[in-house]
Amino acid sequence: MFTNMLSLVVWTPIVAGLLVLATGGDQRAPLARWLALAGALAGFLVSLPLYTGFNDLNGGMQFEEMRPWIQALNINYHLGVDGISMLFIVLNSFTTLMVVLAGWEVIQKRVAQYMAAFLIMSGLINGSFASLDAMLFYVFFEAMLIPMYLIIGVWGGPRRVYASVKFFLYTLLGSLLMLVAFIYMYFKAGKTFEILAFHDMKIALSVQMLLFVAFFLSFAVKVPMWPVHTWLPDAHVEAPTGGSMVLAAITLKLGAYGFLRFALPILPDASRELAWVMVALSLVAVVYIGLVALVQSDMKKLVAYSSISHMGFVTLGMFMFLGTNMNQWAVEGALVQMVSHGFVSAAMFFCIGVMYDRLHSRNIADYGGVANKMPIFAAFMMLFGMANSGLPATSGFVGEFMVILGAVQVNFWYAALAATTLIFGAAYTLWMYKRVIFGDIGNSHVAEMKDVNKREFLVLAILAITVLGMGLYPQAFVSKMHLSVNDLIAHVAQSKL
Amino acid sequence: MNWADLNLVPAMPEIFLISALSAILLLDLFISDARRSITYGLSLLTLAGTAALQVYTFEPYAQYTLSNMFVADPLASLVKLAMYGATAMILVYSRQYAADRDMYKGEFFTLALFALFGMNVMVSASHFLSLYMGLELLSLSLYALIALQRDSVPATEAAMKYFVLGALASGLLLYGMSMVYGATGTLEIAAIAKAIHGGSANQLLLVFGLVFLVAGLAFKLGAVPFHMWVPDVYQGSPTAITLMIGAAPKLAAFVFIFRILVQGLDGLTADWQSMLAIMAVLSMAIGNITAIAQTNLKRMLAYSTISHMGFLMLGLLAGNEQGYSSALFYAITYVLTTLASFGVIMALSRAGFECDKLEDLKGLNSRNSWYAALMLLTMFSLAGIPPLVGFYAKFAVIKAIVDIGLVKLAVFAVAMSLIGAFYYLRVVKHMYFDEVQDTSPIVVRGDMQLVLSLNALALLVLGVVPERLIEICVEAMKQSLTVL
Repeated sequence: MFTNMLSLVVWTPIVAGLLVLATGGDQRAPLARWLALAGALAGFLVSLPLYTGFNDLNGGMQFEEMRPWIQALNINYHLGVDGISMLFIVLNSFTTLMVVLAGWEVIQKRVAQYMAAFLIMSGLINGSFASLDAMLFYVFFEAMLIPMYLIIGVWGGPRRVYASVKFFLYTLLGSLLMLVAFIYMYFKAGKTFEILAFHDMKIALSVQMLLFVAFFLSFAVKVPMWPVHTWLPDAHVEAPTGGSMVLAAITLKLGAYGFLRFALPILPDASRELAWVMVALSLVAVVYIGLVALVQSDMKKLVAYSSISHMGFVTLGMFMFLGTNMNQWAVEGALVQMVSHGFVSAAMFFCIGVMYDRLHSRNIADYGGVANKMPIFAAFMMLFGMANSGLPATSGFVGEFMVILGAVQVNFWYAALAATTLIFGAAYTLWMYKRVIFGDIGNSHVAEMKDVNKREFLVLAILAITVLGMGLYPQAFVSKMHLSVNDLIAHVAQSKL
Repeated sequence: MNWADLNLVPAMPEIFLISALSAILLLDLFISDARRSITYGLSLLTLAGTAALQVYTFEPYAQYTLSNMFVADPLASLVKLAMYGATAMILVYSRQYAADRDMYKGEFFTLALFALFGMNVMVSASHFLSLYMGLELLSLSLYALIALQRDSVPATEAAMKYFVLGALASGLLLYGMSMVYGATGTLEIAAIAKAIHGGSANQLLLVFGLVFLVAGLAFKLGAVPFHMWVPDVYQGSPTAITLMIGAAPKLAAFVFIFRILVQGLDGLTADWQSMLAIMAVLSMAIGNITAIAQTNLKRMLAYSTISHMGFLMLGLLAGNEQGYSSALFYAITYVLTTLASFGVIMALSRAGFECDKLEDLKGLNSRNSWYAALMLLTMFSLAGIPPLVGFYAKFAVIKAIVDIGLVKLAVFAVAMSLIGAFYYLRVVKHMYFDEVQDTSPIVVRGDMQLVLSLNALALLVLGVVPERLIEICVEAMKQSLTVL
């Protein structure tokens, strides 16, 4: 096995992005597109050995790389993945490929910059998932804001400026407090930024609480949890299709991943103490945001709210403590939900993008009877809609079911409230589907819509296969993460007071 | 004084600089306007020669000379080299700019070099008198430079303001120095430190003097509440001169403060620490919040400078080697960033048009994506977003104050940099998100294009591999602190 596997996964898309950027203006747009596709494909291919070469019987870090970076501050270029982060790196590389395809002919303005921004961001996201040094993580985590800010602001909708600034400042607020927390822990842990050293550090409860607040603000904004979720609908609605796909599929996961990698193992006691807050906020997200989604008239906003509601499930599963232990079912369910939501939300946003490209509207009321004109598309969207509402045999079901199963063990009412999502989820997704796709042809514009072209079909088919595959054989993912989750649970079970 | 003992080697760079400068001053009288490039070339050569001598005479310890009025230590050498680089870059950037504005004259170059010489003296001073001399030489050159564009009303106004307030600050500084002299009986920095540690000095008088010193220093640095001149002078001066005020002098002022407060008044650390803390907090708050309301790019950058000086003071008030070296790192990278930002402004300006309003940047990405990208790097570096070097500067400073237990101050500082991010983002917004308004072509000389590009890319490169510069700063500070 090649020893610098992870570096390759992180830097391939970034280098490809810089090459794409070098192609220059829009007169060479086709070259930029093909180069971007090659780069995204290469990025995906180099990420595959992480999955195939992953040792299921090892819950610790694999593919580790360690080089000194800034010795004066004891910051190391330390990469490594466990069964949790590995999955997200592969998911991210996959999504990037989909995003490049999704923006193929849709983006006509500054193509090279668009593609480059996504490729560079993909590398930065991989870097955040793979970092084992807190500062390295922070650098990747923050640097990601720059391409995302530009993606929303340059290629977004009418209120893009507002949305991009809101996105940037919200996320920066959380990250900066996390930075102070990192620096504090650096001194506490004996002048090191090693995340694994943070894991073994004893911290007094009062300090744990404060640090938890810092981490909470950083990651809760990213997830996003209610009530710091308000940037997400704005950002999603204004972002171009590709931006929404990456946002929903990957960057939200980084927030949840942050809880798993930092908040829970570093601050287990504070996590236990504050679990009720997290559970409460998650349930609010699941139920209240589910209801909010129901009344949306804008399709993208609807799916955005549905994302928040689904992410509520993730945080619910993570903080569903059974006594002092994390709940195995719930945690694994949360992780499955994260991966599944990555595919499903990307697919949903892509579907909306396909319709938007034809009609230039995201309003549900502007559609009606699309199935008459786009039968193939309607069939695909049906599948994704079902997955979004958590129908068995799709990936959406597995995670939600596991989290609910875990919740029942803790408290029946938690489970009952969480289970309402199955109703609300079905309600808002299928109701939207009915109004947009079924019925008579709504207006003359819909009558002119053409069914999906080859490129769109390819993207939809790949996403459909993964959504179904994950629903039927979740073991492919669960087996990879199983031991890492066990280790995490065992670690969090120990008090660090 | 025994002439045989006089060792002039440590002062060789300064001696070369002033000799070459005088030669240029004379020579320029015989050069016609059309052949002004000779003066330009000679000035750059002078800078290169001075820098070479600086490297050649470098010793990794402090060398005192000229009756202990002059010190050449690693800190001074590092800062001087940075100042030569900054001055050379300013000359390259302002060549076309000055020519378009009837400022491309011999005085422009000689005054710039005189200012540099003044800064050199400031940086290498180990005596209050030489400190003050250097400061005045710098200030007088700058006053004249600002007013170089005689017919420009804003420039004349800015020069007047800077002159009057600068004179006031110098007065405060002198008054403070005289108090310290009264208390300790000496003007030599090392001797002052010794007297204070010996406990023989009158504490009340010292603290009284300290207040005046800090006020004078804060004025030179542009820290709140002595910041009023900064926005007016930045906005009113021709951009080339704004850069001369905003770049290298900040480095000189930093060393100036270091020499007086840290090397001289080390025994009063607790007193000046709290003064700096208040000024740092106010500077970060007022600088950042007021910058939001600005529509003029240069004025906005002026307020941004105020807030950055607040950050710099955070490093100083940490009161240990780590803090000082982080402040030094901050100062050097700040100067580099300032050079790039004003450099882009000058590149976008042309005869009869100043690119100094935020709106002038609208749609820059579609006009010229390269300059937009350079400005983007600069803005994100100022905002402190990794992987740009501005992030490490902020990071190191915050780390230093967390280390001494001032976590709340650190949280305040990051909250302020969040506010700061807003107006830097707005610049990026104008460049990338807005439709282009001004479609006139951007014509920039090849040499400036190259230097400016390298300058902005350095922000990224230093951000990815900051190690070496951090080490150099730590090493320089270590040597200067062992003197104590």
